[in-house]
Formats: sequence, C-alpha cells, structure tokens
Amino acid sequence: MSGAGGITTLADHKRRRIDELTARTSEGGGVSLIRDAGRRLLRNPTAIVGAAIILLFLIIAIFAPLVAPHDPVQRFPELTRDLTVDSVPGASAGHPLGSDPLGRDFASRMIYGARQTLFVGVLATLIGLLFGVLLGAIAGAAGGWVDVLIMRVTDVMLALPSLLLAITLVALARESTQWTVIIAVAVVNVPIFARLLRGSMLAQRESDHVLAARALGVRRRDIVLRHMLPNSLTAVIVQATLTFAVAILDAAALSFLGLGDPDINRAEWGLMLGVDGVRYLEVRPELAYFPALAIILVALGFTLLGESMREALDPKNRR
Amino acid sequence: MVRVVSRRLIQLFVTLIALMTLVFFWLRSLPGGPVDALLGERATPQTRELLTRALGYDQPIWVQYGRFLKNVVTGDFGNSIRTGEPVTDVISRSFPATIELAVAAIIIAVGLGIPLGYLAARYRGRLLDNATIIVTLIGISIPIFFLGYLLKDWLTQGIHFFPPSGRISTGMDNTDVTGFFVLDGLLTREFDASADALWHLVLPAVTLATIPLAIIVRITRASVLDVLDEDYIRTADAKGLRNATIRKRHVLRNALLPVVTTIGLQTGALLAGAVLTEKVYNWGGLGTLITDSISGGRDYPVLQALILLAAVVFIVVNLLVDLSYAIIDPRVRVQ
Amino acid sequence: MPLLDVRELSVVFQRKGTKPFTAVDRVSFAVEPGETVGLVGESGCGKSVTSLAIMGLLPRRGNKVTGEVRFEDTDLLKLRPQDLRDRRGRDIGMIFQDPLSSLNPVIPLGLQVAEVLERHQGKTRQAALREARGLLDAVGIPDPARRLKEFPHQLSGGMRQRALIAIALACKPRLLIADEPTTALDVTVQAQILALLKELVDQSGTALVMITHDLGVVAGLCDTVNVLYAGRVVERAGRHALFGDPRHPYTHGLLQSVPRLDADRGGRLHQIRGSVNDNIPWSEGCAFAPRCDRVVDDCIGETVPLEPTSRGGALRCTNPVPQEVPA
Repeated sequence: MSGAGGITTLADHKRRRIDELTARTSEGGGVSLIRDAGRRLLRNPTAIVGAAIILLFLIIAIFAPLVAPHDPVQRFPELTRDLTVDSVPGASAGHPLGSDPLGRDFASRMIYGARQTLFVGVLATLIGLLFGVLLGAIAGAAGGWVDVLIMRVTDVMLALPSLLLAITLVALARESTQWTVIIAVAVVNVPIFARLLRGSMLAQRESDHVLAARALGVRRRDIVLRHMLPNSLTAVIVQATLTFAVAILDAAALSFLGLGDPDINRAEWGLMLGVDGVRYLEVRPELAYFPALAIILVALGFTLLGESMREALDPKNRR
Repeated sequence: MVRVVSRRLIQLFVTLIALMTLVFFWLRSLPGGPVDALLGERATPQTRELLTRALGYDQPIWVQYGRFLKNVVTGDFGNSIRTGEPVTDVISRSFPATIELAVAAIIIAVGLGIPLGYLAARYRGRLLDNATIIVTLIGISIPIFFLGYLLKDWLTQGIHFFPPSGRISTGMDNTDVTGFFVLDGLLTREFDASADALWHLVLPAVTLATIPLAIIVRITRASVLDVLDEDYIRTADAKGLRNATIRKRHVLRNALLPVVTTIGLQTGALLAGAVLTEKVYNWGGLGTLITDSISGGRDYPVLQALILLAAVVFIVVNLLVDLSYAIIDPRVRVQ
Repeated sequence: MPLLDVRELSVVFQRKGTKPFTAVDRVSFAVEPGETVGLVGESGCGKSVTSLAIMGLLPRRGNKVTGEVRFEDTDLLKLRPQDLRDRRGRDIGMIFQDPLSSLNPVIPLGLQVAEVLERHQGKTRQAALREARGLLDAVGIPDPARRLKEFPHQLSGGMRQRALIAIALACKPRLLIADEPTTALDVTVQAQILALLKELVDQSGTALVMITHDLGVVAGLCDTVNVLYAGRVVERAGRHALFGDPRHPYTHGLLQSVPRLDADRGGRLHQIRGSVNDNIPWSEGCAFAPRCDRVVDDCIGETVPLEPTSRGGALRCTNPVPQEVPA
C-alpha cells in the first residue's frame, strides 16, 4: 500500500497494523470488466442453474452409448406385434419408457436425442455466428460502401421474421435433409450476429481506448483484431447463448411442419416431439411429454445462462 | 416527419424488390428449374416443353426477370399450381382468418403483458414477481405447437370446454361479409355467430400469444426497473409527488418506450407462430396456406406471394412502431 | 433553535452476500434558518448519502438509517412515508448533480415545474403553469413562455440546472439541499449557477446545505463547513477559520492541493497520498491515518473522538496541524 510506505514517525507494529487493515479494505480495485463479470456470474444462482442444466445434458450426450440401455434405432418387433394401428407400446421389462410406434426403445432414443439435438443446436448457432461475425466485422472495420452493402443484405434477410425465413429456406430447398434444417436455422441468425457485431464495433471505434491506440500509431489491422474485436465479442457470445435456445425450438418447429430431417432413424427431440409426439398425444402422451420437457429444459438452461451473462457484463451492475 | 416516412417507404420498396429478386434467381438455380418444380420429376418431355413455352421460360433470363418484376409490382402472381386459381384470390381468402387470429393474440399479449410486467416490477422480489419470471421463462422455452396440443388435449377433450379446431361451428349459419368472423357477426347482427367464432378463437389466440406475452412481460418488467433507477424518478420523489402521479406520469411513459419496439418485433414472431398455431387448430389461414403450399409439391407462385406479403406486413408494422415511438419520445421527434 | 438538526445520523448498506458497509457514521450537524452550510469531502465520503438520508430518498431496501433528522420540531426519520412526501418539495427542496438525467426526458419542462405547485399548493394546471413561467423567469431562463413547452434535451446544461433550481424553490421551502449542483457543468456556467443560488437564498432567506468536493464553491458560499472523511465529520469550522487556519491534516491537505496564484512558480502542488480506499475502520483508529503526514502512534488502536474547539467548531484529530497565529 502506497499509503503506509512513507510513514516514519510510527512504531513498527502500528505500521503493520495499518498495512493489515488497508489491505483488507482496498482489495478488489482494478479488476478488469470481464474478470469482474465472471466473478459476478459465479455468485449468481440463476447462472449456476443454467450452466448445471447444460452440463447435465452435455454429459448425457457425450456418454449416451454408456447410459442408454439399447441402440436407438434397433426395433423390437415383439413389442409392436400385438398392437392395433393407432396404439403405442407402453413400458415393459427392459424398456422403462416403453417404445415408439416402430418398436424402438424410447428411453434410449431420449438419451441419444440429447446428442442429436445439441448437435443441431450447436452447429446451427456456430455456423450462424461464424458468418455473422465475419460479415459484421468486415462491415464494422471497412465502413464505406462495403458497410452499406452488407447492411442492406442483412436488411433483406431481416425483412422476414426468423422462423418464417427458415421455413422459406427449407421450402425453397425442395428436399430437406438434416443439413437443410441446420443451415436454414443458421442463416436466420447471420444478420442478427452481423448487426450486433457491427454496432458494437462502431461504438468501439469511437471509444477512448481505440482512439488512444490510434493516436499511438498502432496499425489498423491490429486495432481491429486486438482492440475492437475482442471487446465486441462479449455481446456476440451472450447472443449466441440465447440463440441456441431459439435454434432448437426452431428446429423442432420445422420438424412439426414436416420440413425437418426426413431420416426416420434419427433420434432428435424436435423430430420425436413434432412427428410422433403430437400424433400420439392422446394415446401415449409420454411420447410428447418427454422430448418436450427435454427441449424446454435445454432451452431454459441456455436462456438462464445467456441472460445472467448479459446481466453480469452490464457495466451498470458493477459493484 | 414526412421526409422520414417517405425515405422509409422507398427503403421498404427496395428491400422487397431485392427479396423478390433473390427468390426469383433461387428458384431458377434449383436443379431442373421451376418447370420441374411445377410438374415434378416424372412429367413427360412433351408436357415439360409445353409448360416451358407457356410460362415463357424459353426466353432469356433477363426478359423473364423483367416480366417477373412487372408482375410483382402490379400484384399479378399467376395461378396456384395446386388449385389453378389466381394466387391473389387464394391469399385474400385466407388473409382475414390469420389477421383475426393475430389481432386477438396481440391484444392478449399487450393487454396482459404490460400490466403483468409492471406489477412484477412494482412487487420486485415478491411471490408475484418470482412466479412471473418463472412462468415467462417457460413461456419462451416451450415449443408453441406443443403448448397448442396440450391446451387442446386438456381443454377440449372430455370436458369439451373449448372447440378443438376450426374457426366456427359447422352448423352455424353465418354470413360472410369481411371474412373476419367475429366482426361479421356484429355487422350482420348474428351475435350467436360472433360469439361462436370468438369461442373458437380463444385457444388458438392464447397459444399464439404465449411467446409475445412472455417477452412483453419480461421487457416491461426490466424497463420499469430501469426507469425506477433513473435520476428523474428521484427528482420526482424529491418534489414530494404522490406515488400514483409518479407511476402514471413519470414511470409508465418512459418504461413503455422499449416495450413499443418489442411489440413491433413480436408481430413478426406472430406471423411465424401463426404457421404453427394454424396447423394445430386446423385454422384455415395464411399459415395453413404456407404449410399446404410446401407439402405435397411446392406451390411456388403462392409461396412467392406469401413471402412478399409477410415481408410487407412485418416491415410496415415496424415502420408504424417507429412512428408511434416518435410520438411518445420527444427526443426522436425533434431529432 | 436550528432549522435542521442532524444528530448521530448513520447509514449502513447491507446487500445480500456482502459485508455491511457504513457509508455515514454518526454524523451530526445543524443548520440555522437562512444559514448556508457546506458538506465537503472526496467522492465516497458519504456526503451525498447523508443528503439522501435527510430527504428519505435512499432506496427502501438494502440500507439501515439510524439517528435523528430534526427539521423544526419533527424527526423526519420517524415520519410515515406519506407525511414525509407532504414535506418534500414544500419544506425542503433538493437539487441534484446531473441536470439532464434529473429531468424527465419525455415531459415538457412546464409540467415538471408546475406539478410541484399542483401537489403542494393545490393549484390548477393552468395557474401552476402560469406561475411556472414566472419561476423560470426568476432563475434567469430567457423566453420562459416558450421554454414551458420544450423538453429537457432542447435546453443547455446551465438552463437545465436553472430549471431544477426553479423546481426546488417553487414552493419557497425553508431549506434547500444542493448535491454537487455545479459538478456536471462548464466552468463558466458553474460560476453563474453559484451566483444565482446565492442570490436566491439570500433573497428568500432559505437555508442551504451545499454538498460539494469543490473547495472553491465552499469558499464563496458557505457560512459553516463540515469536512467529511470516510463517513464521519473530521472537522467543522466557520468559513474563515477553516480556510485561514485548517486544523485537521485532511482539511489542510485538501487546501494545499488547490492551485494558488500566489504560490511559488515551479513549486510542486501538494497531494494527499493514496486514495479513499486506503482506509482503516474508525474502530481501529483514525481512518485517515494511512494517508496522513502527521500520523503518530496514538492515531492507531483507538477511536478518535470529535471534540469541540475553542473557536466554536469541532475537530477529530490526535495530532492536529498547529494553529498558525495564536489569537
């Protein structure tokens, strides 16, 4: 502590006492915004709950083969043999949640579903993020007509509400595969990420630390890469977390509209809910309830985490 | 103000042309082109030849593009492939159903969302607030088509509280004037038809309203809390104003600014949500039209027009929102 | 009898999951009718919190206020919230630091002035607006009739602060609390606003509590000055005594760190070591000790009491700056 250093008239034990006391009161000064935000995040129960949910499903997804009792695509004909057209096998020995209408073990499909669903959500978000950030960074860094052009393109994409744009894209693709769904959901988010990043970079461009870097003669490329981009990315990361929730909901909606993945073997919650789930709702509501609950939980997890991240990064909440 | 609006309208026009251009070239870049899209891959070479010539697809692409633009601007979208009727007829038949549904949903979302969000903020940290937070979080995390089926399953089966599907009971002898059934009943004094249509409207509207409602509640709550922290509220307190005056005059008006923007954006979500809701409740509107035009062979002329219509509605609503913003916020008014 | 008598006022902030923080620690001071009293100190010393506590404007949750705030015969801290509301704006007016954020951006200026009159004097909207025009005129806002219909963002910073002064003085309160009223303004405008404040309180006989970190403001305006450090009063004295002969090393340091025209050219400006964060708790001695030039062994270990001085003020120091010229 600079304070106690120059004191000469003071007995040693008194000086030590001052050092002790001031060290305690002045701790926490000069912590960077991001580290500060991280600390606040760890103290926020909402963030912990969100992260815990995500972690749980991530573990299930990774260890699906170890956890699941059966292969998710294996059919058990003995389960469906005696059934009429519009009924579904219930729980039986070895099949705690019964099976789907094709006689596939439902519990295993739910567990493997974590894999597929997270895969679709993560990929759709990441692809959207990648292209959005690229476009936004180019627009924000270049300015001028490049900026205008990119912004007009995002305008056109934003002219349609997001799910409707995804529907349009899938519809225009004529035949859907798992990738059409992923790409459609990803494309929808490109303009959102692009605008977010550009806006944030423009704000950065006028900020004091960028002006200072420029005054010091730092090269333009380094200013963009080292000063503007990292600071702008926090907003994008928050948005990506929130986008993930929307992505799996959109994918589920596409499945429900018959525009989803046509592969009947794929165990993905959106498909399970949107196709068999709603169809057999009256006969075997579990077929809808379980995947719906899983989707709600995962979406909730990402929303909780994303919102508490945003809150933690808000300078207004610094303390 | 006039200058701002006219600039925005020109921008809108350019955006729409660009959107249509994208759709046009996209369709032509698909393998087989639009003729295959129209006929399916098993058509005979003769029919393909005939249709190609009839639709002018043998002409250079720029000629086709020019004609396409002209048709779009004059509102001529050709005929539906499925039914053979003019696209404009098909769409105007379904339009009122969706608008009726969307208006009902937005009334629920705004009428319930703003008061609820306000109350949650006012009783921050209490039971009502916590309950609101949890319910709205679930509201934005639930697939709404699933919610639709749940409501349908719980409230129409067994107890027959609400009708499970359709816009009006089959036996109802109603006169069609505007296509808005609730309004028609009032206009023709067939109040039973009006009530019946309204009864049919409840579940679909609630389903469709879920997401906008949850979002409006959350934004209103956050916005009110933000405003309560503002210095000018402290000034109002220092003036000794009554709580009621502070709330009405100082809090509400400022808090509504972000909410208004949200309402505009949620109108877009409504258009998309209508596609799902209409399918759940068998509601014969634009959403059903989109689904039908996609499944069972793509009905591209109809789809094109629907895309354009959705874009127009979305952009115009957001323009109106910006204008209303200018009315509430003097800082925008003066610029 | 003093108009305002603050006795042992303490404010403790307690947020969930954090240590309680004592922002104001048994502060006492009095304001006579028509007197101008300064509360001076660095940011974070508790001066603004004191003023908000007096007005009952602290957030309802997360803090504990104890002590007494006697205004005439009533203890404001004991009043029911609605009764305190009746007095705020009528008996006590307040001006805040940032005039832009302190005015409502979406309400015309006229109504923001008129609503105080409507509330406390039962005037009709029309009568209140008519009087508001006169009030704006009195605080030196040109063309007040037009300004009534304008919004805060259309006014300059100085005009906004004038408008806030008009609002605070609308009901002719007996006490005005000004919390850093000139900090957010340009230097030239600062002087105008201070002159206006002085003129208005002199004219109307309103008592003024001036909260500032700016010693220049205090020198020009205040009769009595209270110097706050880490939530406690460390020195109280009349304006002349304080400026001519500061006794507390902190006050001394503050005055030394003001640039002076009559100082040696090239001489270094004095600075106080460290920052407000380098405190020790008052229970462990003098909070200022870690930064103090005159620190001695007795400064550490025991609470240093605030003791009356011969010149009618008070001082909290074990080893004060010696008096320059004994009277």
